[in-house]
This record gives sequence, C-alpha cells and structure tokens, in this order.
Amino acid sequence: MSPANRYLRIGFGAVVIAALIIVPMGFQRYGLFILSQWAVMTIAAMGLNLTLGYAGQVSLAQGAFVGIGAYAAAIMTSNGLPLIAALGVAVVLCFAVGWILGYPALRVQHHYLAFVTLAFSTLAFLVFRNEDWLTKGIYGISNIPRPEVFGFPTRRPLPFYYLCLGSLGIVSLAVWWLIRSPWGRAFVALRENPVRALSLGIDTRRYTLMAFAIGSALGGVAGTLYAPLTQYVDPVPFSLSLSLDLLMMVIVGGSGFFFGPFLGAMIAVLLPEWLRFTQGYYLMIYAVAVILLLIYSPTGILGILDRYLAERRTKIASALRAVAKPKMETAP
Amino acid sequence: MTAVLEVSNISKSFGGIHAVNGVSFDVHEGEILGLIGPNGCGKSTLFNCILGQLTPSDGEVKVDGKVVTGMRPSELNGLGVSRTFQLLQVFPKLSVRENLILAGQEHQGSMLSRLFGPSDAGLTGAADQMIGFFKLDHLADEPAGGLSYGQQKLLDAAMAFMGGPRLVLLDEPAGGVNLTMLADLKDRLIAINREKGATFVVIEHNMEFVMSLCTRVMVMAEGKVLAMGRPDEVRANPAVIEAYLGH
Repeated sequence: MSPANRYLRIGFGAVVIAALIIVPMGFQRYGLFILSQWAVMTIAAMGLNLTLGYAGQVSLAQGAFVGIGAYAAAIMTSNGLPLIAALGVAVVLCFAVGWILGYPALRVQHHYLAFVTLAFSTLAFLVFRNEDWLTKGIYGISNIPRPEVFGFPTRRPLPFYYLCLGSLGIVSLAVWWLIRSPWGRAFVALRENPVRALSLGIDTRRYTLMAFAIGSALGGVAGTLYAPLTQYVDPVPFSLSLSLDLLMMVIVGGSGFFFGPFLGAMIAVLLPEWLRFTQGYYLMIYAVAVILLLIYSPTGILGILDRYLAERRTKIASALRAVAKPKMETAP
Repeated sequence: MTAVLEVSNISKSFGGIHAVNGVSFDVHEGEILGLIGPNGCGKSTLFNCILGQLTPSDGEVKVDGKVVTGMRPSELNGLGVSRTFQLLQVFPKLSVRENLILAGQEHQGSMLSRLFGPSDAGLTGAADQMIGFFKLDHLADEPAGGLSYGQQKLLDAAMAFMGGPRLVLLDEPAGGVNLTMLADLKDRLIAINREKGATFVVIEHNMEFVMSLCTRVMVMAEGKVLAMGRPDEVRANPAVIEAYLGH
C-alpha cells in the first residue's frame, strides 16, 4: 500500500470514529438505542464472520450464544454481581460450548453442519424458555441494571452507547490482531483448502474448534451488552431468527472481510429504520434490496469494492508491463 | 545409507479394487526416487497411504525408523515430511509471500506462541529467500490465484520446502509446466537435494524429467512394484517397456 493510500485510510477511519463519538450526542433515546444495538450486533456478527467468513465453518447458532451471554448478564447482574464478572462467565461458557459444538464440524461440513448448529440453536431456545428456575421462562428477566464503568454510571442512553462503542472498539482491535496473526492465516487455509492445510502441518482439527470457540465467545460478549441495553431478556429474541439475521449481516456486508460485519449490521439494524418513511413497504424494499445485492455480488457489499480494487490493480500492472516492454526492446 | 522412508507391504483396497497391493520399498537419505507407471496403477494412492491422507488396509510405513502408519498429515509434516499434490494446491487469495509464510508457520514455536508472536511468524526473510530461489521475486506480493499455471506449480513446490523438510513427496510436479519452467524446477530440486540434503520421491509421467532427475526409479503396474533400479536399467527393462514405456 502506498503512503498516500495509507494516510487516506487512516484519515477516513479517524473521521468515522469521530463521527460515531460526536454525532450521537444530539440523538434522542431511540436513536441511541438503535446505534447501541448496531454496535452489539456488530460484535456478534464479527464472531460469526470469524467462524464462517475466515474459517469457512457454517454456523446457525450464533444467536444462541448471544442468548447465553444475555442470560448470564441478566441473571448475574440482577443478583448484584458486576457486569464484568458476567462478561467473564459468558465468554468462558460460550467458548467452552462453542468448542464442543465445533466437534461435529470435524466430521460434517456445509449444509450438514448448518443443520447440526440449527439443532443446537433450537436446544438453547428450549432451555431459555423451559428452565424457569434459571431463566424465568417466557416471563423473562426484567429490570436488568446497567453497569458503572470506572465509577461512571451508564444508566442513561448516551453513556451506555459509549460503553457499547468502546466494547466494539476493543473487540475490533482484538479480531484485527487475530486475523493478521498466523492463526488468521491458518483459518483462511482451513476455509480455502483443508487438505493442503493439513499437509503443511496445520492442525485443522484444533483450528476448527478454535474458530468455533472464539466466534461463539464473541457472541457471548454481544449478549452481555444486549441484556443491559434492553434491560429485559426473554427467549424470543434468541430464536433461530437472530442466528439467521446475523448470518445475513455477515453475508450482506461481505463474508471474510474485516469490515463486513460493520456494514452488514448497519444495513440489518439501521436500514429498516431509515426506510420507515415508506410505511408498510419498508420490509419489502429491504428484502428486494438484499436479494438484488446478493444476485449482483454474492460476496456482499465489500466484495464489490474488492472486485473493483482487483480490476484496478490488474489494469495498473498491465499498464506498467506495457511501459516496461518497449524499454526492454530498445535496450542495447 | 540410512533409510529415511521404509514402506513395508502396503496395501489399499476400495471395495473389491486393490489399488495398491503389497508394495515395499526404502528411500535412502539424499536420494531422489522416481515413481512411474501407467495412470491408475496406484501411485497417488500409495502417496496418500504413506502421507496419512488414506489409511492403508495393510502394511507399515516408517520415517527415520519410527512407525507412522495412519498418522495425520499434519503430524507427519511435523516430523519433516512434506508433499505436493497432483492438482494445484496453492491458496489463491493469499499473496505468494503469505502462501510461503503459511507453509512454514506451523514449524515456529507452539500454537499459543504463534498467536502472541509476530504476524509473519518471523518468516518474511525465509519466504523472500525461497521466492528468490524459485525466481518468483517480481510476484511476491501478487495473489497466488493471479499467477500462471507454471508459476503456481513453482510456488506449490516452494511451499513444500518452507518447513525445511527431510523428505518431500512430489506428485507430478512437471504436469502442465512449460519447458523453460521445467528446467528451472529441475535445477531447483537438484540444488535443494544437494545443498540441503533433502530426500525426494517424485511421481512423474515426463520420462526425460524423471530420468535426468532421479537416482533410482520404481515402476508400478496394477498396484504392484514392477521394477526398481537405476534410470538406465529401468528404461531397458522389457517388462517396463511392455507395461508402460512402449517401444
């Protein structure tokens, strides 16, 4: 990457971050709720992007992990424990369950694996709904408190939004570092060619389990924020439809692209709100837009950008070769 | 000479078909063994049985005297055994350099230390050296999927050497490669064999390539060993001429 391009990217990133901090200061309660929801769903989608986009393992259970995190936070904070403790429990629990859920992926792939994870999603939903002693069943858990962070209360929407945004920032840095590490490269190898990866010494079993476990743990992180965001949890939001929504966020944004979940969650969470002026038609417009996008670019929105950049690189390389050729021919 | 690879009575059946039937041979340190035979004679199946991609129905494989039969390919790679495949197996979205770093990274410390270590696992220098060795310098940052077939074949071979293997099994490395690149590939293989003492087993149909590269040649037919010897001996063997080389 040329220095000019690098500065351009850094500048653009700084503007976006500044906008995410400053602009919401003027937002009403509902706008802040939607933005916080975007941050939370982006974290969950980043987890799924790691499992599906980078490591190539289909999962329809990410919503269940958000649910596990949300219930861990709801139960623990309602009983006076701090949210940070709930976060620890949610991460460890989701990591462990995700690791176990990864075992079927060692034997089955693609749609078969999708069905295995779908079955887990259903199982988790039934636990949330039927185990009243723990989850209060269909009545749910209400009055979930919002935490204090370093002595600052986050009861009001704006401070809580900043908590969600800060968490998204930390998770983003961690995921960025992970995908740039040798592990990230091994995940890509696992997705693109597991047989060759194995022959190069990559322990595909361990990386498969790790991809599931880390992705699930991020679902747990998102759930831990979801509970104090809505201040009420019941089983319905964590049904299969949340897993499908998260899957759509990853695919629409661009599966296997770092910024794919950011964009996908923005479209899934914010676009329906922006289209509300169309009244009864907004869901139809939204659905048609998604269908058209996936027909035009199955690799999502960032796939379009990637294709454009690849074509530009090829053109520049061809032009450079064309310039270099006459020079070589005229050389003594 | 020490045997790096010992294959004893390996068999592999698929239903009623005996793809490999009681094959035994040794490969000695520093040797380049050619493995030839008609299509469907069991060469690639034999490779897959040796390398843990398939579990043999019978027989035993030893690497440096250690029994490795049925061991996973990743574990075998850890013992210094590497391979290439008949069909191209590079990672098209990764750059040439990243492909090579990926090929060597699992030999750098533990899984946990790799997570907290440098993003290139400290292999950029080694990868660039390998890129130079295989004359791919101008393509180092290009995505592997954008390379020509012959260049991808060179990269595929280069990847097999990134972990500093003792034994490399190459499955049709010359397939689809033009004459200039073929000469380059042969030179590179000979150089690695002489300079680094790596041992090779090479499946190949290009007789000129095999006969000029290999120190010994094994011929297979119908899942069995038909002949074994120096290239000139094999070329003159009437059974080999009849079954494979032709008149």
